[in-house]
This record gives sequence, C-alpha cells and structure tokens, in this order.
Amino acid sequence: MTEQTETSSRTPLMILAWLWVGLPFAYGVYELLLKLSQLFSG
Amino acid sequence: MPEDGQKLISPTSGGFLSRSRTIAPPTWSRWLVPPAALSVHLSIGQAYSWSVFKPPLEKALDLSGTQSALPFQLGIVMLGLSAAFGGPLVERNGPRWAMFVSMVCFASGFLISALGVATSQYWLVVLGYGFVGGIGLGIGYISPVSTLMKWFPDRPGMATGIAIMGFGGGALIASPWSTQMLGSFGATTGGIAEAFLIHGVVYAVFMTLGVLLVRVPADGWLPKGFNPAKAATKALVTTANVSARNAIRTPQFWFLWVVLCFNVTAGIGILEKAAPMIQDFFAHTATPISVSAAAGFVALLSLANMTGRIVWSSTSDLIGRKNMYRVYLGVGAVLYLIISLWGDSHTVVFILCALGILSFYGGGFATVPAYLKDLFGTFQVGAIHGRLLTAWSVAGVLGPLIVNAIADSQEAAGKTGPDLYTTSLYIMIGLLVIGFLSNELIRPVKDKFHEPALATVGGTDAVATPQGGS
Repeated sequence: MTEQTETSSRTPLMILAWLWVGLPFAYGVYELLLKLSQLFSG
Repeated sequence: MPEDGQKLISPTSGGFLSRSRTIAPPTWSRWLVPPAALSVHLSIGQAYSWSVFKPPLEKALDLSGTQSALPFQLGIVMLGLSAAFGGPLVERNGPRWAMFVSMVCFASGFLISALGVATSQYWLVVLGYGFVGGIGLGIGYISPVSTLMKWFPDRPGMATGIAIMGFGGGALIASPWSTQMLGSFGATTGGIAEAFLIHGVVYAVFMTLGVLLVRVPADGWLPKGFNPAKAATKALVTTANVSARNAIRTPQFWFLWVVLCFNVTAGIGILEKAAPMIQDFFAHTATPISVSAAAGFVALLSLANMTGRIVWSSTSDLIGRKNMYRVYLGVGAVLYLIISLWGDSHTVVFILCALGILSFYGGGFATVPAYLKDLFGTFQVGAIHGRLLTAWSVAGVLGPLIVNAIADSQEAAGKTGPDLYTTSLYIMIGLLVIGFLSNELIRPVKDKFHEPALATVGGTDAVATPQGGS
C-alpha cells in the first residue's frame, strides 16, 4: 500500500475524530452565543 | 538512581497503554492528535461549571455555600498537586497511560459522587469529585502537552493552544448540559445522583477517543520542511533538553512562575467579580447594567478567554514567546489603567478593556507550554509544565482574595460604584508590571543544566530523547 493511499484511508477517521470533539464544542459555543445576546437585549 | 522520567523502557515491552504501543506509523497524520487532546480537555474543563450543581446540592443535602464549594476547591488543589507530582509519571509512561488514568479518575469521581448523593453521604462527593476526580484533572491537563509539541515542533504554540482552549470550552459544554439534565431529573438526591451517574458514563466514553487515538511520533520524526537547527536560531529557543528536576533549579523557571502567577491573578481579578463589577461601575450612570446584561457580559468574557487561548498562542509562534508575554503583561497593565481611569466613561470602553485582559489571561495559559519548550526542550516539558501550574493554584487564591477583600472593605467604608475596585485595579497593574519585569529577566538556560545528548538522529541536529519521554 502506498503512503498516499494509507494517508487517505485515514480520512474517515480524521472526520470522525474532529466531529467527535467539534460537535459538543459547537453546542457549547451556540449556548454561549444565546447567553451573549442578553448583553445587547438586557 | 535515574532522573525523573529517565527509566528506560524496552520499546517492545508493555501492554496497550505503554508508550511503545503508541508510536505512530510513518503515515500517521499529526492532525489526529489534537482531537485526542481535545477529548480529554473538553471533558475535564467541566470543573469550571461545578457551580451548576451547588444550589441543588445545598437544597437536597442541606449544605451551606462553603460546604457545597468543597468538591470544586479540593479538585483544583488536587489538579495542581497531581500535575506537579504526577508529571514525571506522565513522561515515563506516555500520553495513552496518562489519558487512561485521567479518564478512570475523572469518571470514577462522578460515579462515587452519585453514590454519595444517593446515600446522602456528602463526604463521598467531596472524596469522589474533589480528590479522585481532581487527580484526573491534573493528569489529564498535562497528558497531551509534550506529545502535541513533539508533533508540532514548527507550531508548538498553536498545538497546545488548541488543547488548552478545550479546557476553557469544557465548561461551555457542561454548564448548559448539566443544567438541562438537572432540570429533567429534578434537583432531588435521586435526580442529582442520576445526573452524576450519566456524567461519569458519558465522560468515560467521550475521553476513550483520546486514549485510543493518541500517538507519539517515532524518535527523530520531524514534519516536512522543518529544520530544528534553523528554529533554534530564534532567541531563547533551544535544541538542548533539561530534566524536570534540573528545571526547577534554574532562575528561568521561577521567573516564568512569577509571570504566569501574576498574569493569571490579573485575569481572575476581573473574571471572579465580572457581573457585580460591571453593574457597580455603571450603577450611577444613565446606562445602568441589568442582571441579565451582566450575565451576557460574563459569557462574552468566557468567549474572549477561550479565543485568546488559540489566537494569542498561535501568534506566539510568529512573534516569539517573550514578545507575546510583553503584550499580555504590558498591554494588560495599560488596559487595567484605562479601566481604573476611564472605565465608567462608557460601557464600550469598559467591555473592550475587560475583553482584552481576559483574552490575555487565556493566552497566558496556552502559551506557557511552548515557552517552556523553548527554554527547556521537549524532554520532560510535560513534567515541568505540571510543576509550573502551582503558579495557577496560588493565583487562584490570590486573585479572588485581593478583589473580594478590597471590595468588601471599601463597601464597609461607605464607598460605592467604581470606587469599590480602584485599589484592587492598581494592585493588578503593579502585579502585571512585576510580571513584565520578570519576563524581561528570562535568558537562555545555562549549558550546565542541559541533559547530555544521547545520539543524533538521521543526520539532523535533533536530540534523541530516551524511551519514556512522551
């Protein structure tokens, strides 16, 4: 197996790993932005 | 007796958690390592949302505010102690072992706490979340640091900035999540125990990604196009290595300790009292700040703290660590001065200055591992970082103590509004100036503290680290 093929075979793992941490992080940032809006509406 | 972390481990020995089983194949992508680090830091960052559990615990178990704060306080103490004393173990056994220990301790802490609440034995919550979970916090915090810097020798500030930003992001996730869970299960002993149980299980699963995914680069591995000898021509950057035991004998370590301690103290000074401070500053103006707007201000500060960790830490890769701390401490002092002189002139002035200070606070945390790497090399940088974090523990007491004690005494003296904080703002400026001078005194570490080079690798100037370096 060539180096390029092996690297590309890890692409699904890369996507899964970043989604694993990215989705909860995005949820946290979304909740933060909701709270942040109180600064301008309060 | 070998130096800390120098115990030689056979590359072929050990089980799944051993360092030898985590050595990456040549085709492994280094971009798989930051998610491994984030899975740990996003989890343990939950510690800063402990306050969500305080009111339900106080009601369900009839506790005082001081009692309900105990698990968090013990957890932070254990974070500092386990990072300081567990660092050599982390270096010796590698990041997978460290992440596993962190996962077991942090998740067990929740499970023990669930048992404690279910049986109304509050001491079990203190023991579980504070003591056992606190060990998970400390080991987890330092677990990916040296590994990330070995994978990203060309961008160490960015790499550790990603992980340490995750620690800030952990509370952003946990705070609304825990609140919603307590709302669903009810703030009774049964509901809180159930919430703790679910937290333990979910965090164990979430952190498992880090345990499975983390890899260390093979000895001598370097990213394409990176020349360590060229990088070492930058001021203060070394290719030599210093052990954790020797590092604490150098003045550079203690100057950096002062820098971190006072930078964190100054940040906590604002963070601790952010909501009442902005309300007090504008209480007697035409634009008073409501309670909900103050909560929004606190959220904005969290965003600045988190963003500062990745943005400023990455910037330090371009302008150098010493210059970056000149900005944190020098510009930070100026921003504090603007708040003390003109902070009540307009909300925009106050908010922008506070945002700058909080972004420097986060940046200071995230940039320090790369500063340590520049000065002491990657050999035992995780252990050295762990010992430096005692500065955080001291600042965690010092910052709130200064701001709260002075605000209380000024209030007792009949003062109101910005006058409650003027003295503490000037103290923070003084601390930042001392930190700035301390940063100026940092010079390259003397050769007598360097470890002997074991071998040169692949014809490059890279210094091979003994087995066991994570």
